[in-house]
Amino acid sequence: MPKKVVYEAAIEYLQILDENGNLDKNLAKDTLTDEEVLSLYEQMVTYRHLDEVAFKLQRSGRMGTYPQNKGQEAAAMGTAFAAKKGIDFLVPCYRENAALFMHGLPPHYILLHWMGDERGNQIPEGVHCTPLSIPIGTQMLHAAGIAWAYKIRKEPRCALTYFGDGATSEGDFHEAMNFASVLQAPCIFICQNNQWAISVPREVQMNSETVAQKALAYGMPGIQVDGNDLFAVYKATREALDRARAGGGPSFIECVTYRLADHTTADDARRYRDPKEVEAWVAKDPIIRHRRYLESKGLWDDAKQAAAEAKAKTIVSEIVKTAESIAKPAITDIFDYTFAELPTDLIRQRDTMRTSSLGQNPEQAGLTGSSVEVA
Amino acid sequence: MPEMNLVQAINSTLAHEMERDERVVVLGEDVGLNGGVFRVTEGLQARFGAERVVDTPLAESGIMGSAVGLAMAGMRPVPEIQFEGFLGPAYDQLVNHAARYRTRSRGAITIPLTVRVPVGGGIHAPELHSDSPEAIYAHHPGLKVVMPSTPSDAKGLLLAAIRDPDPVVFFEPKRVYRSFKEDVSDEDYTIEIGKAKVVSEGEHVTVVTWGAPVFQCLAAMDELPEDVSVELIDLRSIYPWDIDCVVESVRKTGRCVVVHEAPKTCGFGAEISSTIQEQCFLHLQAPVQRVAGFDTVMPYYKLELEYMPEAPRIAEAIRQVLAY
Ligand SMILES: Cc1ncc(C[n+]2csc(CCOP(=O)(O)OP(=O)(O)O)c2C)c(N)n1
Ligand SMILES: [Mg+2]
Repeated sequence: MPKKVVYEAAIEYLQILDENGNLDKNLAKDTLTDEEVLSLYEQMVTYRHLDEVAFKLQRSGRMGTYPQNKGQEAAAMGTAFAAKKGIDFLVPCYRENAALFMHGLPPHYILLHWMGDERGNQIPEGVHCTPLSIPIGTQMLHAAGIAWAYKIRKEPRCALTYFGDGATSEGDFHEAMNFASVLQAPCIFICQNNQWAISVPREVQMNSETVAQKALAYGMPGIQVDGNDLFAVYKATREALDRARAGGGPSFIECVTYRLADHTTADDARRYRDPKEVEAWVAKDPIIRHRRYLESKGLWDDAKQAAAEAKAKTIVSEIVKTAESIAKPAITDIFDYTFAELPTDLIRQRDTMRTSSLGQNPEQAGLTGSSVEVA
Repeated sequence: MPEMNLVQAINSTLAHEMERDERVVVLGEDVGLNGGVFRVTEGLQARFGAERVVDTPLAESGIMGSAVGLAMAGMRPVPEIQFEGFLGPAYDQLVNHAARYRTRSRGAITIPLTVRVPVGGGIHAPELHSDSPEAIYAHHPGLKVVMPSTPSDAKGLLLAAIRDPDPVVFFEPKRVYRSFKEDVSDEDYTIEIGKAKVVSEGEHVTVVTWGAPVFQCLAAMDELPEDVSVELIDLRSIYPWDIDCVVESVRKTGRCVVVHEAPKTCGFGAEISSTIQEQCFLHLQAPVQRVAGFDTVMPYYKLELEYMPEAPRIAEAIRQVLAY
């Protein structure tokens, strides 16, 4: 009886633009043009500013808990740029705002969401994404289902779903990976491995060397990329999307990145994380390296940076103004979206704002005033 | 006697029991180094080590299912689920295994675990951080469900829960986690699961509630005329619940309002009001009324106080029951 190796595998790591802004020209072929990098960089500056303003809104009591996206913009933007806006479908978590904006979600929607207003979830017609998903690790199954539907209808479309390193511990993640692979659904799994799940570091979260290797167990291609490098993220996503559109099934992309901020505004990462580690990652910030790259190409300078920042300020203050000018929803909002047609009792609850039958039907109780008579 | 808020009381009670019983292990997301997102387990890992206070992977089914195994193997697991909205993945393990093992094995295998779960709204939190699912768990035979509203009740009930031979869901009303302090005895004491507390004695109407709404009810009582005498009962245990205490009170007052945050339909108020009509029919002067959440999804925070049973809505229900 033979004893032999029946399966062998390796995981590739892809980096095209290093943290100093040096580009590997060979690998960069057929990826992003300079104009595209320029435009993406300018958007990145704007979305970074929006993220910082959102933090301040929370601190000044104008918004609820907010999870900063800071440092992870390249992973969101490189993947979203590779996808076809209005055709492919994004199924996010909450740390890829820029991807949603690039696919047409008005930025003030994200602020509204964290301001405790469901209208931030009412995705406008034509924008192909789901609202932010709060229960960790659950939304990837929806992407698998959406992609499955595309396959059934033979539409050349893909679903892209975003989630964190921590999310890969949930059972639903594994079920989504298996479903997508078994059904050969055109679904791209994008893990933003930002090294932390609140206070739990990746090596405590899992005992595997990489996140990407989990894909192999499901018979799915998996790759690890420098998640702070637009070129690498874009290239890997592009390849995965091309494969999926050609009937080649799902792929997994691990974007190695870092959560530069606290988990959310309710968190204090100094309790569990070495500031030296954060410092090392600050140097790998996608903003820094893409700026260096553009400067090295003679496409960027301090004046342009100042102009971009000024423009970002104007755009962001408009976004904030829009979000804050939206008045509190009508109380009936609580009821109106529960069903297509409200059951009778729910209509009664809505119209009287009561759950007690006496309050709902005062005439039935023979009540005229609210004078108190004690038996 | 030290003064403590709810968080501190639960924290020191966990430490107390871990000191006393080395089978007790705390497990969950961020419960170790970070001390939990509400800091309820703060300092426990430093004191008892990472073997007994364990930062688990992010997986509620994993937390609950492995706690079932730990319990079977003779440990006393105290898992934490970070928010009630994330009980979903743990549900299968909790109701299909933890709750059923004693019956399934005819008593040969028992599951003494206490799952701690922050619960309820009113803290401006995101979606799925503000729900009140206690009735769902009370509905499952084999589970005990408690929800203390004060630091000293939390201590007595938590010790009772951990020492209980069966699984207990220990809901912690997060709205009152830090809202006030009170003296909590250093003594080792338990509060029997299934025993309610009469918060204030009264003659005219019984108000039954549990968790954070206890304080909305107290505020509602302040809005009523001075000569209205309310008997306020904090149920504390949802299952088993103190039928005798409630029935005795309603037989005395003849009127009852039940208050909870959870949606009205199939909320635990339905069980209470049904039991009252079975056992107090001839004593009732008015129909039992419920002040509850609406039968809708818990809204995002801009509207959460409109959804929750705040004092004016409770006071109005009491007035109407009295005027019936
Ligand atoms: C099912 C579920 N369990 C727990 C939580 C609480 N929680 C919110 S974010 C988070 C960590 C997520 O880590 P990761 O998946 O790495 O994403 P990141 O926040 O780092 O982007 C936890 C535990 C939740 N939202 N949903
Ligand atoms: Mg993470």
